[in-house]
Amino acid sequence: MIRLKDVELEYENGTKAIQGITLTIEDGEFVFLVGPSGSGKSTIIKLLTGELLPTFGRVMVNGFSIMNVRDPQIPLMRRTLGVVYQDFRLIDKKTVYDNLSFVMRAVGANPREIKDRIPRILHVLELEDKMQCYPRELSGGEQQRVAIARALVNHPSTIIADEPTGNLDPDRSMDLMRLLIRVNQMGTTVVVVTHARELVNRFGKRVVTLDAGLITHDAVGRYVGGRRYG
Amino acid sequence: MVKHNFVYFFREGLKNMSSHRLMSFTAISMTLGCLLIMGTFTLVAVNAAMNLSTLANSNEIVAFVDETLTEQQGRALEEKLLSIPNITAARYITRAEALAAYTEKNPQEELFRDLDPGIFRDRYALTIENLEQIDLTVRRVEHTDGIAKVNYYEEMASGIITVRNVAAIVSAALIGVLFVVSVFIISNTIRLTTYDRREEIAIMKIVGATNAFIRWPFVYEGFLMGMIAGGLAFLLQWGLYAAVTGAVAENDAQRLFEILPFSRIWLPVLGSFLGTGMLVGIGGSMTAIRRFLDV
Ligand SMILES: Nc1ncnc2c1ncn2[C@@H]1O[C@H](COP(=O)(O)OP(=O)(O)O)[C@@H](O)[C@H]1O
Ligand SMILES: [Mg+2]
Repeated sequence: MIRLKDVELEYENGTKAIQGITLTIEDGEFVFLVGPSGSGKSTIIKLLTGELLPTFGRVMVNGFSIMNVRDPQIPLMRRTLGVVYQDFRLIDKKTVYDNLSFVMRAVGANPREIKDRIPRILHVLELEDKMQCYPRELSGGEQQRVAIARALVNHPSTIIADEPTGNLDPDRSMDLMRLLIRVNQMGTTVVVVTHARELVNRFGKRVVTLDAGLITHDAVGRYVGGRRYG
Repeated sequence: MVKHNFVYFFREGLKNMSSHRLMSFTAISMTLGCLLIMGTFTLVAVNAAMNLSTLANSNEIVAFVDETLTEQQGRALEEKLLSIPNITAARYITRAEALAAYTEKNPQEELFRDLDPGIFRDRYALTIENLEQIDLTVRRVEHTDGIAKVNYYEEMASGIITVRNVAAIVSAALIGVLFVVSVFIISNTIRLTTYDRREEIAIMKIVGATNAFIRWPFVYEGFLMGMIAGGLAFLLQWGLYAAVTGAVAENDAQRLFEILPFSRIWLPVLGSFLGTGMLVGIGGSMTAIRRFLDV
């Protein structure tokens, strides 16, 4: 479960990116986080991953509540999350297989588990024949699927994606959303930041709309709001 | 908790090192040079100190008694000599005893077999406590009535003292400076690796790797560089030492200056080179990675 209570965040330069947000996301939910550029979506993601700590209020993620930057609980909290970015953030020098194996090793998986699990997850994502490819040898959609495989490979209970379709064409974006829906159907909580209004409207999921660091709408179904977002 | 995966960290450390061959080579060479300079001065100081102590132990100064004195008058000088500061023992040796000792020490010199003890003089063997004050002590002995002449290895002793002091001061100063320089260079090399791997580090953090897990490969990287530098420095020091020992043996036929055989010092040399290398390497990686850990 994710819970934000009266959360405010002010950057060092004085920008008040989040101005008082209270939000609960239950286990197993699928939530779109939308809003204009600069409304604070990425800031919320960073609050969830513990990269930022709230200047006021409380953030609770899957039973953890991080109070300071040296909190030894931070790695444990992060192991419950799988994070996906707009720019994929794959390691260019590593093959698809190694991009996955190195994050498994980073949390102490043994070689047997690694050998077992990677082919299975790549199979699910239809990437099994790309195992020994380097990221630059893949299309954008394939690279993003590798990033999702990497986010899933440590079995997180929550997937957090910050504009995962930002660098994809509409068809690939649609495929990627379907993939995230499937991941959600298998029991993983999914939080997706996106600009893709048509996609959001298509799936009939919960939509949380941000504007200027505040939640303006929180409803199931459609991308609400009079302004053009993006 | 992740258990310590020695093989993995070692391999990653090696990979880090080989990803910056030139930088790693420079860092290792610098550390090696530092160790070698440090080791050379220390070994010079150690050998000088050893020769000083053999001089102090074995080389009593010899004070010849005036020939006009009878043996009884000669023996009476003992008390006066012992009252001179820095003299801890005085042994009277008659000319007959001196001859006997001489022929025993040089049995091959048949010529001297039948020498008249009259060409030797009665003498005192005086034991000196502090070799560094030998000049003053000798002057006092010479001014004692009834003493004709004093023999001692003045130049040898003061020469060795100078060598020892210079080597000790230089090595103390160098050790400090070179230690800092080596740590700095290794630290910069590792900082470069952390910069190269910043994306991987960011990903490892976001998936929940512990700081320790992220740090270890860099600690191993520094450790490896330090150990390689220490090992190579040992081999070079060995070669250098052998060369110097050979050169000294060739030019010092009288064996006035003794050099410790390398077989007797290799273990402490190897130990301190590897130990210092390790400290420098790990110190360097600690300085490099201290910063990039939070969040
Ligand atoms: N590191 C930062 N330092 C200062 N201000 C920042 C920083 N990151 C984001 N901001 C500001 O905070 C606000 C919210 O940014 P962000 O969360 O990235 O918005 P979004 O992801 O919705 O586009 C913006 O005004 C942005 O300029
Ligand atoms: Mg953003």
